[in-house]
Amino acid sequence: MVEQQAAILRPETLVDEFKKNGVTHVITIPDSETNYLYELMLEQDWLDVVPISREGEASATALGLSVAGKVPVVLIQNTGMLESGDSIRGMALDAGFPLVMVVGYRGWTRRGLILDSAAKYTEPFLNAFGINYFFVENNSDGDRISTAFDEARKTRRPVVVLIGDEYHGFNR
Amino acid sequence: MIDAMDVFRAFEPHRGKAIVTSSGTSGRRWQEVSKAPSRDVSFGSTMGQTTSAAFGLALGLPDEKVVLFDSEGALLMNLGVLASIAGKKPKNFVHFLLDNEVYATTGGQPVPNSTGIDYAGVAKAVGYASAHHFDDLEEFATSVESIMKEEGPVFISIKILPEIQNMPVGLRTRTPTRSRPETIADLREELGITG
Repeated sequence: MVEQQAAILRPETLVDEFKKNGVTHVITIPDSETNYLYELMLEQDWLDVVPISREGEASATALGLSVAGKVPVVLIQNTGMLESGDSIRGMALDAGFPLVMVVGYRGWTRRGLILDSAAKYTEPFLNAFGINYFFVENNSDGDRISTAFDEARKTRRPVVVLIGDEYHGFNR
Repeated sequence: MIDAMDVFRAFEPHRGKAIVTSSGTSGRRWQEVSKAPSRDVSFGSTMGQTTSAAFGLALGLPDEKVVLFDSEGALLMNLGVLASIAGKKPKNFVHFLLDNEVYATTGGQPVPNSTGIDYAGVAKAVGYASAHHFDDLEEFATSVESIMKEEGPVFISIKILPEIQNMPVGLRTRTPTRSRPETIADLREELGITG
């Protein structure tokens, strides 16, 4: 039980990785699994949280911030990523700038069948768009977030970090 | 309704050093009037997302005035962005809406409820600092100077004449003349932004 608790992906790990990689803005729609992460981000004086109304806005808002010399991150759920397809195409892939998108993997499960279609279509969607992704399930995977930033900077393309801990969430 | 080119001509003397971007068929003609192309930026036209890109730019450059000439067809595809903008209250953001009531680029079919939407009313209700509406050129021309001095986010809807496109896309004149990457690179150089 103690080992399990130690392994859980901590919100502080995400925030630390953001700081390490010079993130200035997090463009996000909060969901029920990430309320503690949201509050923690709001507490950081070096970080500006940009709430949006629908996930399709995220890539374009990030593009504008990137043109301004800022370092945005998109933090959304896989359902919102699926909704954002044309924005990701036109405003992230075609625009060609480094962008890390942290995506909650709703419906993902380590064991058993994946029954949620949001999870079923997540990785095929990313493969269809040619977007590389890194899977983060627990705290020991946290350094993969920096790897994603390195790849985004090197390729000037979006790179996704899939958070496989979605159903545990960041609630208190 | 006003000719979009007259809107641009009335606005241009009051631009100052503002960064300008646009969407829609009429918005592309801003480049014919602009006297500071290195401060004009194109974000492409992805289902209403130019508005979000302009919003991001305004957030990232709080010391620069950012002006968007939006179009109602694009805005209707991304109407929630008004709340996103109102929530962050960028003081440096001036949001013009050129409302020709149609999808001009696809032959002039009307947008939903084309004549019945009070866009300025929507913007004000959603939380913009101020909102204005014009369908008379003289009234607009005498107001634009003071509007440009207002604290944002400011919203200005203007009824304009449609410039309907019926030629096949491949036969149309390409606008803007500079590509998106070129406009972005020029703007970043103008502002001294590296990285």
